[in-house]
Order: sequence, then C-alpha cells, then structure tokens
Amino acid sequence: MHGGQVTRGVQFGIAEAGGLRNVGDPVELALRYNEQGADEMVFFDITATAHGRTTMVEVVERAADQCFMPLTVGGGLRSVDDMYTMLRAGADKISINSSAIATPDLIRAGAEKFGSQCIVVSIDARKVAPDRWEVFSHGSRKATGWDAVEWAKRAVSLGAGEIVLNSIDADGTKAGFDLVITRRISEAVGVPVVASGGAGTLEHMAEVLLEGKADAVLAASIFHFGTYTVGDVKNFLVSKGIPVRPV
Amino acid sequence: MPNYLARVIALIDYGSGNLRSVHKALLKVGAEVRVAQRPEEITGARAMVLPGVGAFDDCIQALGKQGLLEAARQFIQTGRPFLGICVGYQALFEKSEEFNSCAAGLGIFQGKVVRFPAEHGLKIPQIGWNQLEVVKPECPLFRGVPSGSYVYFVHSFFPQPADASIVATQTTYGETFASSVWRDNVFATQFHPEKSQKVGLQLLKNFVELAAG
Repeated sequence: MHGGQVTRGVQFGIAEAGGLRNVGDPVELALRYNEQGADEMVFFDITATAHGRTTMVEVVERAADQCFMPLTVGGGLRSVDDMYTMLRAGADKISINSSAIATPDLIRAGAEKFGSQCIVVSIDARKVAPDRWEVFSHGSRKATGWDAVEWAKRAVSLGAGEIVLNSIDADGTKAGFDLVITRRISEAVGVPVVASGGAGTLEHMAEVLLEGKADAVLAASIFHFGTYTVGDVKNFLVSKGIPVRPV
Repeated sequence: MPNYLARVIALIDYGSGNLRSVHKALLKVGAEVRVAQRPEEITGARAMVLPGVGAFDDCIQALGKQGLLEAARQFIQTGRPFLGICVGYQALFEKSEEFNSCAAGLGIFQGKVVRFPAEHGLKIPQIGWNQLEVVKPECPLFRGVPSGSYVYFVHSFFPQPADASIVATQTTYGETFASSVWRDNVFATQFHPEKSQKVGLQLLKNFVELAAG
C-alpha cells in the first residue's frame, strides 16, 4: 500500500520509479475478499514512512471493523510498540522484514510480548547462485549476504511463528512461485511457510502447495485485477485434492 | 429502564491485542459493550468477555496488576455468563507450560495448558482455519453452528481439562484437543470467534442473547 491506496508493483523497486499501478481503496478490496471467503488478509505498507504509518493504522482499523477475519500487517514496524499499535488497531499478526534483519532480537521481543503465533518474519530471497538464495532487505534493494534457509531457521529459533517467503525473482512476474526455495525453507522449519510472489495461474497456486510444500499461498495481483476470485482458487485447489475451507 | 442495559457486556481490557476486534464483533451482533479496565467497571454487567492473545504469563500478570484476576473469579462465581477467548480461555485453568510459566491461572477449571507435541510433524503454531466437532450440541453457544464448521485458530498451546465432561467442541490438529469448553454459564474457546467470519459472529450472537437473558 502506498498513501492509503492499494498498489501493485511489477517487481520490487518499481515503486520509487513511479511504476505502481493503483488498484483501489484497501478497505473496499478487503470487504470484497472477505465476501469472497478469503482465509486471511495481508496489508503491507510499502512506503513505511511516519505518515504512511498513520494511514495504515486507519486502514487496519476500518478493515478490522468490518471484516471479521484474520489480518496481518507489515511494513516499517520497528519496535514492540509499533507492533502493539497495529494489534490494537485490529491486526492479528505482525509481519517484519528489514527491521528483523537489522535487529534480530526484535523477533524474540515480539514473541515474548505477544506470542510466537503473532510474529511473522517475511523474507525476500533472490537466487544468486545455482544452489544459493540470498536474503535482501529494504524492499529487496539491499543484499545482506545471508543465506535464506539459514535466516529462516534463525528467525524461527528466535520466536517467529510463521515465515512468509517472497521470491524476488518471481514477484510480480505471474510466472509461478520459486518452488525449490519454498520447499527447502518449508522443510527446514517447523512453522507454517506462506509462499508469496509469482502467482499467475491457478496451477501455480496448487504446485507451490504440493511441490513447494508451502502451508499457505498469498497472492495480490490476480485478485486485485479480477483475474480470479478467491472462490476460483479454492475450487481449483479442492479439485487437486488440497484441503481448503470451502467458500 | 431502557432495555439495552440488560445487554451490557463487560469486555476486559488488560492490554490484549485483539480487544478491538472482539469489541467490534460484539457490537456487530447487537451487544452493548463496556470496556472495563478496573474491577469496579465490571460491577453490574450482565456478562463478561475475557479476550486474549499472546503469552499466558503476560496475560495473567496484566490481569493481576489491574485487580482483574480476582474480579473475574468473583464474577464467574456469581453465575453470570462468561466468555473466554484464546488466552482468555487458557487463563481459566491452573497453569501453563508456556516459556516455563510460573504464573497461576484462575483455576476455574482443573487442568493445565500444554503445547502441541512436536511428534506429529505438523507446523506449530497452528495458524489457520480448522473444523469443530460439536460434542455438546445442547451448548447454547453453538446454536446454529453445526459440526464441521470452520473457525480460526492461532495458537501453540491449548488447555487439557481434567474433567472431560466440560468439553463442548473438539478439534483435531495432529491430536484432538478441547477447542472449547462449557460448564454452567462459563464458555471458553481456543479459537477466535471475532475472526471466524459468519460462524464466529453466530457464536457471539448466541452469547449476547444468552447475556440478555
């Protein structure tokens, strides 16, 4: 989200270049997906500025007041107080990324205060060698030199209750998830792994759950642009024998 | 006396993260809600809701600090309707294994709060939708909520009631656990009705109607 509007970049980095496509009011979209039977909603503030934060709190409050479903909020949350503000606004889970990389102990502090189930560590990973995925921070602009699988394991040992894995290479391409890194991380940690970045077809969703061993799948563009409804996805997954909550 | 006063539900605020969501969901189903931070604010309420998310010890300590632990215990003893949610459910038991917890719960129910065992190979916490098996269909909280309904869970721990007869619903995640309990007017759920869309709102509506008497 950018300036209180839902946006969708084609790949990371496009946001600053003004390449975002505005797809609408986040609360209206949230209501639409609530009606469609989405299992969870995720709000990311991609600007992560102080002004953005205030807007974000209002968006979360308005969404939570009308959608009685799980909400995850992330973007620019740097302290336990920031987390608390979002939880009180109606968020159920807090997603941290760059701030966890800068201060890994924030994961532990959040988990001790709110419980592990509340702390989601979001990892942006890019394939840098045939067998190596590196963690990037700051909206995928900054290389950390960290191995993605190792970071996921460390985040969980510090108290992360969920990992959202976003493949930088696949994000926004609609060419499918990175199944290999998703599976490696999912098999390396004992907490749920949510696959993000790359969903273009219904088949992509199924394969990242089956072959990629993801526990859940997150998508934005295909829903925002109306390519598929949540119901379309769920019906397809059921047809593939994947257990889902019926709409 | 305006009729709505009969519906006043005290919603306990001890800093729990899900307070707002529970508040809004109760309003949605027609409740008159008073957010209570002090024992005296509970007086006169027809019913009480104890929300909760996060760590057991934090919850118990925060409640104790505000004098709400004892107030909740006394309220329950009056026989008025009580609903505990998530950690507000766990708090009804004697103790928890979480982070080597040493805090004592309310002890309304015997038993302790335990962690999902690792041996099932399932992801812990359980984060997501799971099904209810209603074992007490006569429980007024589950009126209109059939077995098989999906509700939302976010937890690593769950209570093991010593008295199996209080179990209202059970849910299976690797092992089968008490996803809600009921005795007299005390109801408590491990799942989050305020996050369980239509099913959750139905359950809260049932509670509010019960409170309205």
